Amino acid sequence: MSSPILKIENLQAKVADEDLQILKGVDLELNQGEIHAIMGPNGSGKSTLAKVLAGHPGYEVTGGSVTFEDENILEAEPDERSQAGIFLAFQYPVEIPGVSIANFLRTALQAHSGDEELDLFEFQDLLMEKMELLDMDPTFAERPVNDGFSGGEKKRNEILQMACLQPKLALMDETDSGLDIDALQIVANGVNKLREENPEMSVLLITHYQRLLNYIKPDHVHVMVQGRIVQSGGPEVALRLEEEGYAEWQGIEAAAGEVG
Amino acid sequence: MPVNETVKDLNLDEYKYGFVDEEQHVFRTEPGLSEEVVRQISKHKDEPEWMLEFRLKALEIYESKPMPKWGGDLSGLQDTLDEIYFYVRPQDRMEHSWDDVPEKIKETFQKLGIPEAEQKVLAGVGAQYESEMVYHSLKKEWDEKGVIFDSIEDGLKKHPELFRKYFGTVIPTADNKFSAMNSAVWSGGSFVYIPPGVELDTPLQAYFRVNQELMGQFERTLIIAGEGSRAHYIEGCTAPTYSTDSFHSGVIEIVVEKGAHFRYTTIQNWSNNMYNLVTQRALVHERATMEWLDGNLGSKLTMKYPSCYLIGEGAHGNILSIAYAGDGQHQDTGGKIIHAAPNTTSSIVSKSISKGTGRSSYRGLLQVHDGARNARSNVECDALLIDETAKTDTYPYIEIDEKSAHIGHEATVSKIGDEQLFYLMSRGMAEEEAMALIVRGFIEPIAKLLPLEYAVELNRLIELEMEGSVG
Repeated sequence: MSSPILKIENLQAKVADEDLQILKGVDLELNQGEIHAIMGPNGSGKSTLAKVLAGHPGYEVTGGSVTFEDENILEAEPDERSQAGIFLAFQYPVEIPGVSIANFLRTALQAHSGDEELDLFEFQDLLMEKMELLDMDPTFAERPVNDGFSGGEKKRNEILQMACLQPKLALMDETDSGLDIDALQIVANGVNKLREENPEMSVLLITHYQRLLNYIKPDHVHVMVQGRIVQSGGPEVALRLEEEGYAEWQGIEAAAGEVG
Repeated sequence: MPVNETVKDLNLDEYKYGFVDEEQHVFRTEPGLSEEVVRQISKHKDEPEWMLEFRLKALEIYESKPMPKWGGDLSGLQDTLDEIYFYVRPQDRMEHSWDDVPEKIKETFQKLGIPEAEQKVLAGVGAQYESEMVYHSLKKEWDEKGVIFDSIEDGLKKHPELFRKYFGTVIPTADNKFSAMNSAVWSGGSFVYIPPGVELDTPLQAYFRVNQELMGQFERTLIIAGEGSRAHYIEGCTAPTYSTDSFHSGVIEIVVEKGAHFRYTTIQNWSNNMYNLVTQRALVHERATMEWLDGNLGSKLTMKYPSCYLIGEGAHGNILSIAYAGDGQHQDTGGKIIHAAPNTTSSIVSKSISKGTGRSSYRGLLQVHDGARNARSNVECDALLIDETAKTDTYPYIEIDEKSAHIGHEATVSKIGDEQLFYLMSRGMAEEEAMALIVRGFIEPIAKLLPLEYAVELNRLIELEMEGSVG
């Protein structure tokens, strides 16, 4: 097998400008086309991991390494990581008043095509094709980005962006949070359709709950507690967590904390 | 990031239109303001006696009024006023066709990025180069409809009765120190008359430009929109940059007669050393509508508050204002609405952007007079701060003497946040691009009301101003 698309070794990170260590040595390997889920209780650092991978300026990497397609990405700016093929679906998508989704996506795709002028007709076709794939009303693209959107609409907008930018690696940060079951299914269906279109896309799902995994089937499940991955396995890990919760891990971690 | 360093090296944050033409003026007064200067201006323009008297009286009023203590910092202004030329005339004659416009001046327009084709298509462009119109052509259709679109000097010469009936009636000489100054030394500007019932689909446009070091510009515009008429006047200007302070003080008077609909659009982009103190006011009669769309970029200090006096029942006033304050600039802008009749309605929407050491102030006055029953007004001011050092403040003055008034006021301040930038950058946009997109979105509600070419220009000007703002 070829080398993993994403390789994280002993990654440590803290909040920038603060003495608050969050990631305390994360190891993870993800191969092309695989879906991995990272589960963990609140405050375990799983969202931080997603943000650090995307280059969020609020965190400082204090140790370890991350390679994406064998390239060290930790020095790259967020826009460079995006252009390399990493996409972060936000837990809390940000409002950009006055900027339509179409305009926003056109600007993003132009950035991805570099010096080459984006063909507006091709862009329009791509946008319409992806909206149709995701069962979205074309008027959605005329609305200002996330401005006045419901929770479900914001998440669908993230999926639409993912569809248009066609990343090699999608980081999905608690995409299920704040969604009712209908909205959750719509979003999960969207992700599955994109995967059908492009089976080579790798996905890292960050989630607190097992329920998302009923709709998007992971190949591997990792449990993260207090800044470390404490268990990895197949889908059965998620099911066990569903029954038993995180209490066991938190107990172990608390004990480890006392010793260390 | 290397890309941003390159941008910085090019120093693109400096004033973009700072090229200078070789001066071609034929006459100018001595520096500073005096009775002799006022007499010379009037003589040079071959004015009737009443106008000379009007000017001299205005000079007296100007000298009797103290420098304003409110608004922006005017402490360096007197030194500037002692040094500038109050009158310069570049050419002896008016141009009536594009072919007659001197090459030098065409070059200036080209540098400003106004394609010749666009000028021809838009037609009726009155371009003010230094203190007088050099190019002024009027669409045939407008002639046929009886529309007057002249330089203010020609307005006085060719339509003396109409001129005298309205001149100085909307903004009396004594209104403020700078309206008095303008009344003493005014030169250049437009005279517009739209006959009753005439509707114009194409905007009337005046593009002008101050182009001489140490030259003050005192344009004076008088517009009369006849009963039931409908028209749109657009003025845009950009001045080259100089090391010494410069000064601009215009007076714009508009009368909107019963049932008429008039819009006045300005986009001003002054060089960073300009004091820009403008008085613009409209008298709005019964069931008439006045709209000010006011964009202010550049200058050292701008103090400008377009106003609507709603004096007829059912009159409507609308003020939309955009200000951009870059490093070292203070935009003190906003609007004034006076409800002096029943069932009058108004709205003010003000949007400001501040960057670096720039400061934007919203200053607004909303007055409802006793007896102006059921007046309704809504004021909204939104400020966007590009970075940590930029400043914004609001001074909303509200004076209500009528119980039945309905007034709404809302103010917001937002900052381009790290989360917003990260969101856009995580989609592949460079930081500068991300900021520009956020700013475009912020001004979109006003930009969409502009004719396309002006919306494009406004966005381009703001983007040019913002270049190099990263790093």
